[in-house]
Amino acid sequence: MSRYVIKRLAQAVGVLWAAYTVSFLVLDFLPGDPVSAMAGAGADSAEIDPAQLAALRHQYGFDKPVLVQYADYLGRAVRGDFGDSVSTGRAVTATLTDALPQTLQLTGAALLLAVVIGGGLAVLATYTRQRWLRQLLLSLPPLGVSVPTFWVGLVLVEAFSFRLRWFPAFGNDGLRGLVLPAVTLAVPTGALVAQVLAKSLLTALDQAYVETARAKGAGRWRIHLRHALRNASLPALTVVGLLVGQLIAGAVVVETVFSRDGLGRVTAAAVTAQDIPLVQGVVVFGALIFVLSNLIVDLVYPLLDPRIVVASSRKASFA
Amino acid sequence: MSQSLVVDTSEAAVGPARPVDPGTGTSPGPGRRVEARRVLRFLLRRPGLLASVLVVVLVVLASFWPGLFTSRDPLKGVSSQNFRSPSSEHWFGTDELGRDLFSRVVHGAQLSLKATLIAVAVAFVVGGLLGLVAGFVGRWVDDVLMRFVDVLLSIPALFLSLALVTALGYGTVKVAVAVGIASVAGFARVARSEVLRVRQAVFVEASRSCGARWYSVLGRHVLPNAAGPVVVLATLELGTAILAVSALSFLGYGAPPPAPEWGTLISDGRNYLGNAWWLTALPGLVIAATVLATNRIARALDGEWSRQR
Repeated sequence: MSRYVIKRLAQAVGVLWAAYTVSFLVLDFLPGDPVSAMAGAGADSAEIDPAQLAALRHQYGFDKPVLVQYADYLGRAVRGDFGDSVSTGRAVTATLTDALPQTLQLTGAALLLAVVIGGGLAVLATYTRQRWLRQLLLSLPPLGVSVPTFWVGLVLVEAFSFRLRWFPAFGNDGLRGLVLPAVTLAVPTGALVAQVLAKSLLTALDQAYVETARAKGAGRWRIHLRHALRNASLPALTVVGLLVGQLIAGAVVVETVFSRDGLGRVTAAAVTAQDIPLVQGVVVFGALIFVLSNLIVDLVYPLLDPRIVVASSRKASFA
Repeated sequence: MSQSLVVDTSEAAVGPARPVDPGTGTSPGPGRRVEARRVLRFLLRRPGLLASVLVVVLVVLASFWPGLFTSRDPLKGVSSQNFRSPSSEHWFGTDELGRDLFSRVVHGAQLSLKATLIAVAVAFVVGGLLGLVAGFVGRWVDDVLMRFVDVLLSIPALFLSLALVTALGYGTVKVAVAVGIASVAGFARVARSEVLRVRQAVFVEASRSCGARWYSVLGRHVLPNAAGPVVVLATLELGTAILAVSALSFLGYGAPPPAPEWGTLISDGRNYLGNAWWLTALPGLVIAATVLATNRIARALDGEWSRQR
């Protein structure tokens, strides 16, 4: 077990390092000198003082060889220092950690809604014997993943803020302000949960143990919830990584739509200002969240399903 | 990562590979008519699929010949006619400058379709090549390439495309390339697992033992038999790319203002949510309908069509 944990941890660290390297390559190597982009981002005048450019280059270390730059930046990144934002001058790490709680609140609420509604939809769709109801319920998830998230948000604002005046359209204030953004973000996420869970529920209901339970006289609900759902929710855990990615990406759009403060707003502003240190911080931070959530799933999975570790250690002895 | 825990079984499973019959594509005369009739019957039994095909055909027509649908100029407006709600004269209403929204959506189809096709083409070509090389060459090349793909997968797609947009700059084509590169990883994985599956098939072994060169084995046997699932993924990716491109242009990184790109239309309409609902609602419906239609077609290609055989 401990070997399994150590292997997963090492993998996670390796992936993070590689993600940092990829973002470094993309942002510092591609066409377009970052310094002139930075200097040009604020003022729209075409000509920039060359001496000022050289000073900026020196300040950010762009006059050194690339490998030295890379080692410098990596060394600081390991200690959690991603430099200062070019547009605001604040430290990148502080900017991100300040924005994090708001985004966690939003994504947490959205995830809860998504699991409850998406899961409920999947259970109901596979339980019902009414053909039309099943068809209707199963047609909702493909619809949910096909509508643009920002459009759902705007339509909700239109209906519930401007027409009915039930919820505020913008801002971060309290639980009432959280409802519309969370619902918006829950639409694509819940659709994904429903699709995956419905599929694995149908597979589970075909298994022999379901037949056995039925032969022993268990009720339909009991079979559905106690036997099938418990087994079906395990494979659904594997899409947690996908869900987390979708949630953070969705947060960028949703926070822009509702003008909420948070990571997404910071990201959008950083890209608009071509604030390279901040964008890089965001990318690595996104990868960190993704890797951490996958790591947690990997570590929890064997506790729920002991066969996993046996299988992986057997594979290791083959190699 | 967690994928490798569970997906392993499906990658390892060596399904019975069905060699592609070299004759089907070019069979002339009667064979083709039978095929066409079968396609028609297949479609008629599925009204939803038929509607999806219709939507996609309409969008394609609109992007090549916008004049078929509207004769109004998408960029010129009559300022006395601003904020008209949808009517028989202006199907989608008019915007703040009195421009006809329907004509803007129709003309915007071209930009959005172009961006989508570029994105999918980039992902298909780059991802497909990566997967093909990794699967066919094997050994350390496979290891290096697939580790790289794992890293791409660990960065959320939107963040990766945002980083690329920061580096490349704004504009429809740049946004499209960014979206395409962000989805390279999925194509590489599918292409690799398909190549691995086909490479172990008996007919590949047979042609090798007959002395065929590696390039003819690759071109005549491996590629045609491995392409199917990658093409299905590409059709599925169309919808994802439309959404991603429109999200990026909604955030303001797409085509500059007067251009009627679909995502930009919605973000423009956002300023008039209170008094002109049609400016956001209707372009959004068009995007949703297009994505829904391409997803439905992808689903049909994925399973239903081959199961019916």
